[in-house]
Amino acid sequence: MTDSAMTPPKQPMAALPGGEVTEGPMLAADGTPLKASLKRALRREKLRALLLISPLLIFILVAFVAPIADMLFRSVENQIVSETLPRTVAALEADEALPEEAPGEEVFHALYTDLVIAEEYKVHTRLGSRLNYEMTGLSSLFRGTGRDVGRFDTDIYTDQFVEAEPALEDPVNWSNWMSEEEIRDALPLTADAWDAWTTLTVEANEDDPLEEDVADFVYTALYRDLANGAAPANFPDVDVSSFETVSIRALFEDSDEDWLDPEVWQVIQTYSPAYTDGYFLNSVDMMNGPGGDAQWRPDDEQIYLKLFWRTMWMSMAITFSCILLGYPIAYLLSTLPLRSANVLMILVLLPFWTSLLVRTSAWKVLLQQQGVINDTLVWIGIVSDANRLALINNATGTIIAMTHILLPFMILPLYSVMKTIPPSYVRAAKSMGANDWTAFWRVWFPLSIPGIGAGSILAFILSIGYYITPEIVGGTEGVFISNRIAYHISSSLNWGLAAALGSILLALVLVLYWLYDRIVGIDNVKLGG
Amino acid sequence: MAQGSSTDAFVEFERVQKSYDGENLVVKDLNLSLPKGEFLTMLGPSGSGKTTCLMMLAGFETATHGEIRLDGKSINNIPPHKRGIGMVFQNYALFPHMTVGENLAFPLEVRKMGRSEREQKIARALDMVQMGDFKNRRPTQLSGGQQQRIALARALVFEPELVLMDEPLGALDKQLRESLQFEITELAHRLGITVVYVTHDQTEALTMSDRVAVFDDGRIQQLAPPDELYEKPQNSFVAQFIGENNTLEGVVEKIEGGFALVRLDGGEVIDALPVNVQEVGQRTRVSIRPERVESNLERLHPEAHTLPAVVQEFIYMGDTFRTRLKVAGRDDFIMKTRNAPDQPRLKPGQEIRIGWLAEDCRALDA
Repeated sequence: MTDSAMTPPKQPMAALPGGEVTEGPMLAADGTPLKASLKRALRREKLRALLLISPLLIFILVAFVAPIADMLFRSVENQIVSETLPRTVAALEADEALPEEAPGEEVFHALYTDLVIAEEYKVHTRLGSRLNYEMTGLSSLFRGTGRDVGRFDTDIYTDQFVEAEPALEDPVNWSNWMSEEEIRDALPLTADAWDAWTTLTVEANEDDPLEEDVADFVYTALYRDLANGAAPANFPDVDVSSFETVSIRALFEDSDEDWLDPEVWQVIQTYSPAYTDGYFLNSVDMMNGPGGDAQWRPDDEQIYLKLFWRTMWMSMAITFSCILLGYPIAYLLSTLPLRSANVLMILVLLPFWTSLLVRTSAWKVLLQQQGVINDTLVWIGIVSDANRLALINNATGTIIAMTHILLPFMILPLYSVMKTIPPSYVRAAKSMGANDWTAFWRVWFPLSIPGIGAGSILAFILSIGYYITPEIVGGTEGVFISNRIAYHISSSLNWGLAAALGSILLALVLVLYWLYDRIVGIDNVKLGG
Repeated sequence: MAQGSSTDAFVEFERVQKSYDGENLVVKDLNLSLPKGEFLTMLGPSGSGKTTCLMMLAGFETATHGEIRLDGKSINNIPPHKRGIGMVFQNYALFPHMTVGENLAFPLEVRKMGRSEREQKIARALDMVQMGDFKNRRPTQLSGGQQQRIALARALVFEPELVLMDEPLGALDKQLRESLQFEITELAHRLGITVVYVTHDQTEALTMSDRVAVFDDGRIQQLAPPDELYEKPQNSFVAQFIGENNTLEGVVEKIEGGFALVRLDGGEVIDALPVNVQEVGQRTRVSIRPERVESNLERLHPEAHTLPAVVQEFIYMGDTFRTRLKVAGRDDFIMKTRNAPDQPRLKPGQEIRIGWLAEDCRALDA
């Protein structure tokens, strides 16, 4: 034996096309590295696989992932205040009157401009509804003042300016002035108001600004600029010191005295950033108090934590009753010969083929005070006619109806897991001296736990988000958080809050899923096989 | 061999019948008894009733009729967990959620055995199958052969006197089977336990057992030690089922001096040993083992009848030659000859004459 034959090669030997043997990375027949060659060969396969799943992938992205992302975004999104009242929000930052009293004239002037514009675009009511979630009454405040703001007595400025300098009446002149940088720099408020007016005339009223009368709020802005001491060149020199003035703050007060309520302004200030934690605070019965600190809502306004808690414990109760009722059935199914098991399986699946609404309504018939079950109990004499059981429109009703509806979701995974437990395990246990109970408890039951896990996760997650059944049979005491979410989506239109509630629900499910993984192990979930 | 008089029988089946559907009998009138310490194999094709018999003995099936006795006591109404019979299953049936040690502890725990005694027995049982280092592994981490050893250890750990094995080596590859076959028999004899072993593999049955019960159609066709089973099959099923076999059909022409003359359907006459033919004129199927067919006629009795044969195929198998012949109208007649210097290598188409000793040719039922 030679030395070289005794030392094993450090690298795998690779054959080159010429038949040489060399050290180095494995090479394919054409000399390219084998890994690259393999990758190329597999690329087609991968592309094909990707192509096959792409319809579903696109569908899921569009119909599932995107809406969830949108929901998460909506739960913190709050651009409506800063978009509708940009000048007011900016002016509020400079104002120091809050939180003791309502802000000063500057802010009200900005609000006047914003509100006139918002009223033209008809968006002030939407802002009112949004702020109404945070403080009741703001909706009507905005709607009412929105009606008034066009008739504010600010036309005295218009009249005085036109009287002092008739050229100021012609929008064409305005247009010329406002195209000069120097004048714009000297009259910032006026330039801003002019721009807003021309834009809204074109956009909202579809008119030509050069043929319209310039709006009052532009003259009001001009007055403020000039009163602040601006004196631009090439602009009519009007002495405003002798002008008759009007307090815009007072005009707002005339419209609605709530405008002087510092709390109203605090709400506007708190919700002026583009993103807010308000919806989430609301979801856990808290709110942004004065000064922006989170605090509990008053006791009579707290509902969501209670609802979350109720959703959790009732879902657990439903899942538990599903295990209790489903386990023996699944056991029976898995031990029966296939023929009879299939017949029984059809009975298990039968509820799936009936409309959910029909099944739930049937429970209403069965469970109500004058319903079949109560009638029977009274007839037998177990309960007296006066004390008929309240089985529906409460938590009991929800648990009964939901257990019935979710039972197949428990039985199916249980059955498919039990089906894979070889009967020889129990036989082996018995041959070793275990009685029926020990064989079941020590051998069969532990092997069926993955089925319990899968069924429980399925039933629990389905029930935690269930909506129709609690809505129909739950009354007030048996409704879930999902009913509240649905209410905010379709009735109160507070989508932000609905999104926040939904996000918390999602997070809760994920946390439970994680907990389950830690305690039971996600490998221990089997739907069969 | 103790043919099992009922006094010293350890396991006894008496007139046992079993039907699943009330119409067909899966086991028909089974009588079987085996003494303590015997290794008995139930061999048969699938559906022959052998596994059903085993399950009745274990207690997982009830006999429709008849009595099963263990150590003299009827066990018909004793539930399986009180029978104290160890059992090894085809798929091992090791509990996947327990470690090897816990698997072995299971039968001891249900017997309420103390911890130290338990540990001691588990260690001994694991050493017995050379798996001492695997106590803390899960069954899924073991190979098939290792799992089977553990299953064996688990069946033996509570020291049963009777161990049942249901095709325990069925899922293993050939080499592993052979080594485990040896280990199991060696272990069984060393421990002195009685084993009832079910298999459909005749090699396994022949190499392992003290006696083999050949099952077919719900009956024991023959119960005999392996050599007797192979060399002296009692009927044509056993002759066909065990080992390789040549069959020729014909009619008994004469029975004389313990031997019979059989006229084959093609007209030729051969010598045979009458096994279950009684009278002249009866149809019979004669069975000759390929290695007992002789082409060197000098080795035969000078008056022996011989048959003409045409070589169809000659296969060189190393230690033996295997020649396929056309004999009496059948072209599947096999002759096996030893690779010896004087043994001619035949060519296809060659015409020869063959014969055999009359006692090697058994005239069986038709």
